[in-house]
Amino acid sequence: MSVEAATGADVFDCRNAFVSALEEMAAADMRVCAVVNDSVSSTKLKGFRDKFPDRFVNVGIAEQNMVGVSAGLATGGMIPFCCGASCFLTARAMEQVKVDLAYAKNNVKLCGMSSGMAYGELGPTHHSIEDLAWTRVIPNLMVVVPVDPIETRAVMLWARDYIGPVFVRLSRMPVPVLLGDDFVFAPGKAVMLRGGDDIALLANGVLVVRALEAAEKLHERGIEARVLNMSSMAPMDREAVIAAARETRGIVTVEEASVYGGLGGAVAEIVADEHPALVRRLGVPGVFAPTGSAEFLLEHFGLTASGIERAAVELLHKAAMG
Amino acid sequence: MKATKTEELLGIENRLRKASVAVRMNALRMVHHAKLGHPGGDFSSADILVALYLSVMTIDPRNPVWPDRDRFVMSKGHCSAALYATLVAAGMLDESALRTYMDPLSSLNGHPDRNKVAGVEANTGPLGHGLPIATGCALAAKMRRAAWRTFVLTGDGELQEGSNWEAAMCAAQYKLDNLVLIVDRNRIQQGDFTESTINMNPLGDKWRAFGWHVIEVDGHSHGKLLHALDSEQSVRGKPTCIIANTIKGHGVSFMENNPAWHHGVPTDLQLAQALDELAKEAL
Repeated sequence: MSVEAATGADVFDCRNAFVSALEEMAAADMRVCAVVNDSVSSTKLKGFRDKFPDRFVNVGIAEQNMVGVSAGLATGGMIPFCCGASCFLTARAMEQVKVDLAYAKNNVKLCGMSSGMAYGELGPTHHSIEDLAWTRVIPNLMVVVPVDPIETRAVMLWARDYIGPVFVRLSRMPVPVLLGDDFVFAPGKAVMLRGGDDIALLANGVLVVRALEAAEKLHERGIEARVLNMSSMAPMDREAVIAAARETRGIVTVEEASVYGGLGGAVAEIVADEHPALVRRLGVPGVFAPTGSAEFLLEHFGLTASGIERAAVELLHKAAMG
Repeated sequence: MKATKTEELLGIENRLRKASVAVRMNALRMVHHAKLGHPGGDFSSADILVALYLSVMTIDPRNPVWPDRDRFVMSKGHCSAALYATLVAAGMLDESALRTYMDPLSSLNGHPDRNKVAGVEANTGPLGHGLPIATGCALAAKMRRAAWRTFVLTGDGELQEGSNWEAAMCAAQYKLDNLVLIVDRNRIQQGDFTESTINMNPLGDKWRAFGWHVIEVDGHSHGKLLHALDSEQSVRGKPTCIIANTIKGHGVSFMENNPAWHHGVPTDLQLAQALDELAKEAL
């Protein structure tokens, strides 16, 4: 996939791919149902509600109950997709996610919408930059951050067939198509979108396209950057991380999340264990974001193509200084 | 000669009474063995658990995951000793397993794990989780147009957790008349009496106000529990809340109605005295 295609192409709201996959699965499988916390429009589930009213549960503004009800639906043989804004779904119902879903191994698919800083101006109450750190440490829970509409659909289809709890972290920020139509999601596998042995850019979600743009800018400066789509947060592709540490001069992680405990944290853990390497973690640096649009905030925290490029060059300087 | 209905019921009650005594004896032996547990609540809930597993619920002990089984969610997971002992009485767990209660690597954890013990539907322990899960089970039955019922047992202090009331509204909204909540109303929580902590009264009115059909019973009378738990007692379009008035530590003189036995552990002498008192009840 060329960077030109990524930057110049149309962009898509992955929620549309999410909801069309969900409706398609519900039409084919009577066990598929949706559970929401009043957020019918922000989850784009109005169509699902109209088409499958008997398999649409709106618990109202009650996230703990939403996750508990989903666990019960799974105990009753259904495959619930439990959908809500990621900030509330995870934080408000964390104990239910841990115990009712993960510890009990209930076949529930959590769909965290509008994650990261997609809610921009609404502020830190509505940002979900902690969700990756919180969910990643819970045993039995698969955590996936799809990169584009193709992967969103692939992850939804995989989640229906995988027996066990899954957290799919979705955004409302438009992204271009980066993967081919024949893409099949495999948990625990990173996807290399661009080869290169000078430096590695490990990104997930809406920032992968920016990492690709940064790689192109680096290429113009004679630096070849490897770009990995780290959509599978748990389990994580340890081999791909170790290879990046071994074969390049440093790793830059890029995520629309706290630099603590998410992708950057996971990568740092792996290289510390297996192959110590220089790592620079880009994300939200342990602060509550100031007021501003999602786009403004990404720029504010250096989560842009030029911000990633700058971090990569700085890391290479550091590597050269030994 | 065919037994009359009354004689038949008396026979069932007698069987349940003996089973409940066995559950209490086993539960106390388990707590004594583990030097840990919640015997007060084990004893207040024993009659309810026995009525459900040995009489009310449609289950197949040889096939605990039979898709059309009735579901039971033990929300007060800390009373795992009573639950495990009841599973033994129901023929779903080998009695020898009880001697491993809370031992290293035992399948009988302090709080139940459905992946380790057949017949357990939910992993509980943190309070306020069971009713939402049971609400989901009942919703699944409605979606699948299945006839099975869902039962959930909570403590009374447990109802201080707000998640219960989220589920209470949801179950009423979805008209879950296939859902039965039993509140083990023993009036004692870990630290004190419930009414000295956070007053639960008027408890029945609270559930009625939330749109539930409410039945109050003596939670130690198997006859009354069986009657209340009968599907004929449910009201079309409403979930049922059975407030089972119980006594914490029921059946042992020095344990009854004493907050210290929420998680008290009997000495050897106390165990012997308790087993002696319980044995007399089984006669």
